[in-house]
Amino acid sequence: MTGNGAVPAVEFHEVRKAFGGRPVLDGFTLTVEAGETIALIGSSGCGKTTALKLVNRLLDPDGGRVLVQGKDVAAEDPIALRRKLGYVIQEGGIFPHWDVRANVEVVPRMLGWDEERRRRRAAEVLAMVNLPAEEFGPRRPRQLSGGQRQRVGVARALAADPPVLLMDEPFGALDPIARRALQREFLEWKGRLKKAVLLVTHDMREAFLLADRIAVMDRGRLRQIGTRADLVERPADDFVREFVSEAS
Amino acid sequence: MSALASYFWERRQDILALTAQHVVLVAVSTFLAAAVGIPLGIWLTRRPKLARPILGLAGVVQTIPSLALFGFLLPLPLIGGIGARTAIVALLVYAMLPLLRNTYAGILSVDPAIVEAATGLGMTPRQRLWWVELPLALPVVLAGIRIATVVSIGLATIAAAIGAGGLGVLIYRGIAIVDNRQILAGAVPAALLALAADGLLGALERRQSKWRQA
Repeated sequence: MTGNGAVPAVEFHEVRKAFGGRPVLDGFTLTVEAGETIALIGSSGCGKTTALKLVNRLLDPDGGRVLVQGKDVAAEDPIALRRKLGYVIQEGGIFPHWDVRANVEVVPRMLGWDEERRRRRAAEVLAMVNLPAEEFGPRRPRQLSGGQRQRVGVARALAADPPVLLMDEPFGALDPIARRALQREFLEWKGRLKKAVLLVTHDMREAFLLADRIAVMDRGRLRQIGTRADLVERPADDFVREFVSEAS
Repeated sequence: MSALASYFWERRQDILALTAQHVVLVAVSTFLAAAVGIPLGIWLTRRPKLARPILGLAGVVQTIPSLALFGFLLPLPLIGGIGARTAIVALLVYAMLPLLRNTYAGILSVDPAIVEAATGLGMTPRQRLWWVELPLALPVVLAGIRIATVVSIGLATIAAAIGAGGLGVLIYRGIAIVDNRQILAGAVPAALLALAADGLLGALERRQSKWRQA
């Protein structure tokens, strides 16, 4: 937590969202400070992915407000907003007909960077996820392993240097070994890049490992937010206690 | 067999000229059907409520017997009358369904995770269409073009019935004078054309789909 008066990266204020009359988020409030990693965790259907998609306006709330760096996203152009938010989804969502370099350069290209600058930046972010650009840049996604594809997804999200990164179960589809490798890398560049990360996961062990604070959700509401020690030593209720006990 | 071959050889100029006519009928009608059907198919993916009725209508039109459709079109102003124009309109109508349906299905078959990634990264709907959806749907769209072309080559033989020319001329003439050689002089090149179109467009399709798998 910053506590230095910097504008929070993402804020949810009393957000409500329903699908077909069924409430998915029901008075959801949460603040992600600049530079911190928050894991959103909860059983499936608790609204965590919905919360994430409200940030980059893949969805719009029925009530309440979502702010990115102090500005209500409802007032922003969704296209411009998305280009300044990194977005990583499960299984990567890598464009299969483009090589790795084109995938990584896509947001800089939309932002109108010249080719020289795009190339340089792609090489930088690919190095960060341990995929050297000379070797992997020209490869097609189908020539990569699942872990490598997921790395491309992370590099693509980081390419335009967004202050906020949204990650939806980014390591969920990987085998345990690949997942651990990517988690280690995440901790490495997270320490260096100082980005605010909102990470959706259903794995409490992953949340403990990667996040500064963990937000436990149940049926569209926040049950508790805190550090690992907070959740383990002072669980707010039985729901949180049960969730935490699964990880230990 | 050699008698047939020498018969073909004697009539080669006639056969070649009619084959050329046939190709023009098919090429023009398929091109026009693609120019209308592909954009319309794309548009339907953005209007899911209209997709069912319009695809259904195209399917119903497909069931009209072709000879009857040629007959229906004849008396119509502007598009009707004796000749190639009426035939092209009829062929266009038949080529429309595979193009419409394949374009629609091709775009909807693109992995939703990839479409969501494209949107989530900040692509405009137009960028998403041109950079992601159309390239990934291309093999299916090409299959639609292949089916439309092959079907049109067969149907275009009937166009001779309304004076549009093409290889059907030889077939109708052969039937009228009960001359199997002449029927074959029309039917064999038409079949070869269909096989060639199928092979050529099929190869293009395979080349396109090879590097598109995730």
